[in-house]
Amino acid sequence: MKMFIRVLALVLLVLFVSHPTAVASQVHAELAHGSQLAGGPVRSFELPPWEDVKDVLMLRNYNTKLVVLSTMILGVASGFVGSFLLLRKRSLMGDALSHACLPGIVLLFIIMASAGGSGKSLGGLLLGASLTGIIGVGVVMLISSTSRVKDDAAMGIVLSVFFGIGIAMMTMVQKTPGQSSAGLIDFIYGKAASMVLQDFVLLSGVAVVIAALCLLLMKEFALLCFDQTFGKCIGLPVYLLDVLLMVLVAAVTVVGMQAVGLILIIAYLVTPAATARFWTDNLRVMLLLSALFGAMSGWLGASLSALLPGMPAGAVIVLMAAVLFILSMLFGTSRGILKRVISHRQLKIKVGRQHMLRAVYELIELRYKTSAKLSLPNKPIHYANLLSHRTWSAASLGNLLRRGKREDHIEKFDGMHVSLTESGFGEAARITRNHRLWEIFLITHADIAPSHVDRDADSVEHVLSPEMVRELESALEAKIDTQVIPPSPHEFFVAGKLEGEKEL
Amino acid sequence: MTWMPADTSIVVVGSLCAVACALPGCFMVLRRMSMMGDAISHAVLPGLALGFLLTGSRASLPMFMGAAVMGLLTAYFTQSISKWGKVDRGAAMGITFTTMFALGLLLIVQATDHVDIDPGCVLYGALELTPFNTFGVIEMAGYIIDIPRSAMVLSIVLCMNLGVIILLFKEFKISAYDPELATTLGINAQLMHYLLMAMVAVTTVAAFESVGSIIVIAMLVVPAATAQLLTDNLKIMLVISAVVGVLAAVMGHISAIIVPPMLGFDGTSTSGMIAGSAGLLFMFVWLLAPRYGLLVKLFSSRKIEVPEVGISRDSACPK
Amino acid sequence: MEPSHSASHPLAIHDLTVAYHRKPVIWDIDLDIPEGKLVGVIGPNGAGKSTLIKACMDLIPRASGEISIYGKPYKKQRSLVGYVPQRESVDWDFPVSAQDVVAMGLYRKVGWFKPVRKKHLDKAREMLSHVGIEHLAERQISQLSGGQQQRVFLARALAQEAKFYMMDEPFAAVDAATERAIVSLLRELKNQGKTCMVVHHDLATVTKYFDWVVLLNMRIVDAGPTELVFTEENLRKTYGGKLSLLDEAAQAMRHGKSHK
Repeated sequence: MKMFIRVLALVLLVLFVSHPTAVASQVHAELAHGSQLAGGPVRSFELPPWEDVKDVLMLRNYNTKLVVLSTMILGVASGFVGSFLLLRKRSLMGDALSHACLPGIVLLFIIMASAGGSGKSLGGLLLGASLTGIIGVGVVMLISSTSRVKDDAAMGIVLSVFFGIGIAMMTMVQKTPGQSSAGLIDFIYGKAASMVLQDFVLLSGVAVVIAALCLLLMKEFALLCFDQTFGKCIGLPVYLLDVLLMVLVAAVTVVGMQAVGLILIIAYLVTPAATARFWTDNLRVMLLLSALFGAMSGWLGASLSALLPGMPAGAVIVLMAAVLFILSMLFGTSRGILKRVISHRQLKIKVGRQHMLRAVYELIELRYKTSAKLSLPNKPIHYANLLSHRTWSAASLGNLLRRGKREDHIEKFDGMHVSLTESGFGEAARITRNHRLWEIFLITHADIAPSHVDRDADSVEHVLSPEMVRELESALEAKIDTQVIPPSPHEFFVAGKLEGEKEL
Repeated sequence: MTWMPADTSIVVVGSLCAVACALPGCFMVLRRMSMMGDAISHAVLPGLALGFLLTGSRASLPMFMGAAVMGLLTAYFTQSISKWGKVDRGAAMGITFTTMFALGLLLIVQATDHVDIDPGCVLYGALELTPFNTFGVIEMAGYIIDIPRSAMVLSIVLCMNLGVIILLFKEFKISAYDPELATTLGINAQLMHYLLMAMVAVTTVAAFESVGSIIVIAMLVVPAATAQLLTDNLKIMLVISAVVGVLAAVMGHISAIIVPPMLGFDGTSTSGMIAGSAGLLFMFVWLLAPRYGLLVKLFSSRKIEVPEVGISRDSACPK
Repeated sequence: MEPSHSASHPLAIHDLTVAYHRKPVIWDIDLDIPEGKLVGVIGPNGAGKSTLIKACMDLIPRASGEISIYGKPYKKQRSLVGYVPQRESVDWDFPVSAQDVVAMGLYRKVGWFKPVRKKHLDKAREMLSHVGIEHLAERQISQLSGGQQQRVFLARALAQEAKFYMMDEPFAAVDAATERAIVSLLRELKNQGKTCMVVHHDLATVTKYFDWVVLLNMRIVDAGPTELVFTEENLRKTYGGKLSLLDEAAQAMRHGKSHK
């Protein structure tokens, strides 16, 4: 078993590792490093003791607290930036940008290292990242606006080519002995299992600046995302703001690499923002929630990754963010699926009830109406007539009738007759009246041909509030006697003679 | 430089990969789904991991099937999230593939966690950041990835892609240019869509094995976009993209050997240089293409064509 | 009529040509808009009406020509020009309320880096009441009807407190009530001495709404007071050919003439 795993590891290494001549030495080196830390045979998955878990989560564990805290602060910053990126509909561009940052990072590293120094200066790397990142975005715009190559292909080109060049450069640095590339690799892969206070201050400081910029420029970014044309009109420097937004994305990329890694940083940007959107329709609230969700995923993800050895932090953080996303997509109070399904269902029930009651009322009207002034009696009608009055199946009509019985609108029904209760009759009268009022309004005020009226009245009336009805009444003024239900402005289709003409 | 047999194998495998990618790549570019190709190439990771974990071997079939499934799922999830969650499509794609990639990472870690080589470095990093280039591994006595094997796998996938495209050429063509028309003609545009996704996923896996994921994305998009600038004919576009891909592979390999010493370094990632070469070729064509190139557009006749305006014209405006 | 570029003209255009991919969209435009008028820009689809407006505000590049707003280039006169874009130009599924959108018209006054304060929101509500939808101030914009959304855009332009308003198809696909509200707003603006230039598509209402008309079909067919310019001859030149549109137009004119 042990042998198998070693073979497997080597195979995988060999699969994905570098130039042939260097492989052998590298493999040996890696293995040696590996076996020192690994120890015994197959690891079994076990959670560390609860005390340890609490310590890490509560930021009491000295080793991990800085990492967890800085990841949380990063989460806040990327939540803000990600919100604007999402609203600008540039998520994939953000992905291309973060990949395009790589060559710049490596370039600056090389320059700084050869100028003497560790090469890991955050400012320098940020500069390099922004440089090639922005150039990458510029190239995407350039290609898509000057040729028939569309923007998605342009993004794919920039993403893969810049990234590939970055990898090539990085490998050059890696392969060359004497160059201390270890710092660079660590930086890009985010191997920070624990963090020095100095690094923490630096990274968190940058994150705080990013967040502050977003807050200060909230309305400017909002206008940029919503209506950049109008923004240009009132003198908003749209291009500059766009560039700034991209610089912020590059900044989050650089700062976030330590925690999440280059590939997955886009997830940290977009997912919390998309998650927040399900809970609110207010931009400020969305920003705050986005920051909150970013911080939460960072907190949970970094803590879990610290507690369970061998779990790549970036992956865990992204998965936490994804879990929050899925939960919010389902249960979010503003746009969650569950809420929409429920309110849709409630509307369907309401509509069904109103259709059924009105249909019964109309059949009573057809059968028993003598003059415009006398009120109608509450009599039973024939089930068969009801079934053919609208296009509903026997099954769905049955459901409606059963529900009507539960709601005390239907007195009784069977295969032959249907009758309403007193309250049901009153409700049916009210509904029919509203419907007719609305039809008349549509005809007199909206120039819609009478034959089309029923449709419109059908869909709109069900959301009529009592205030709206009063408005309708006053609009139609003396044209109707408020006690009487106006006649229907169009013919009913009654297939064949009404069954059972005789009195019931 | 002296040309060794290893070099030939490298170039051959690279070229096979390029051609295998260029075929579905053309359709991805035409259908404006290039980033979906990027997404799928990341999202196949859990499929690979699962296939590996379940069967315990690197045998191809379960991994390929897992990958195909993952490719389909990526497309499906992206669409669902976008539709039901009312989320911007690009964001839906980003969320989907990063989550799947993260999942795949974790699964792979389970598989290799005993060897405490930081998975971030080997797998996640290796898949994306550590240069990888499996050609010429015959040097490694005792641990053999057969060159013929990866070449064989890629050849099979290449033939499969070619076969599917030839058989269903008409259908692919119409779905690419006009999905609604396709549906009215009885061609199931959805099916074509998912078939294309599956092809990309399978090709990705085949390429992963040999040349790694960076250049998969590059090989899917860059040669196809280059070809798009050179022709209006779909068949010719397919051929040109394949040629460009092969060129990039050759150039990439050569430059991977020549360039680093020029800059004072020892070596570099062949895949990275291949991607860079593809980019260079694209730029070249973007500038100089005979009809759609930039320079041609800029310098040929800067005049604005003002049509004759007559009072009795029938159409109100030129299109 | 030669353009004079005097500082009293809200808009003076000289020799304007805008091209897209080397194909001209509008060319050789010479136009002087007098102050205090309600100007309708009329022409068939694709005639370049939107392009004209956008070119005036430097939103699209021009191949040639000069444009001045009250005698100076647009860049210096931004505060004098209000803009109502087409409704489709934005995605209304954006997490802001009606008053937030209207407040965007006040951003110059709010200032860089500063937050929108209560007084700005109050002003926004005031603008919304001018267009009759103050009760919808806090509603999210995707929950508004098309006509209500159009009114939000109008309120935003009002908040700019400009002297010259340019509106791109404000009457497109709005309900009757909104149309009436927009017209009464336009008339109110005219009474305040402001000038409105409105891209309009409905020939039947031109004589009713506008006292000045610009007939555009890639070039200016004619421009001037409605009763002089809005003639059958000119409409034929603008719309070209024997279209049934012509009958509509003829009818509209007869209708309009009978109202004068």
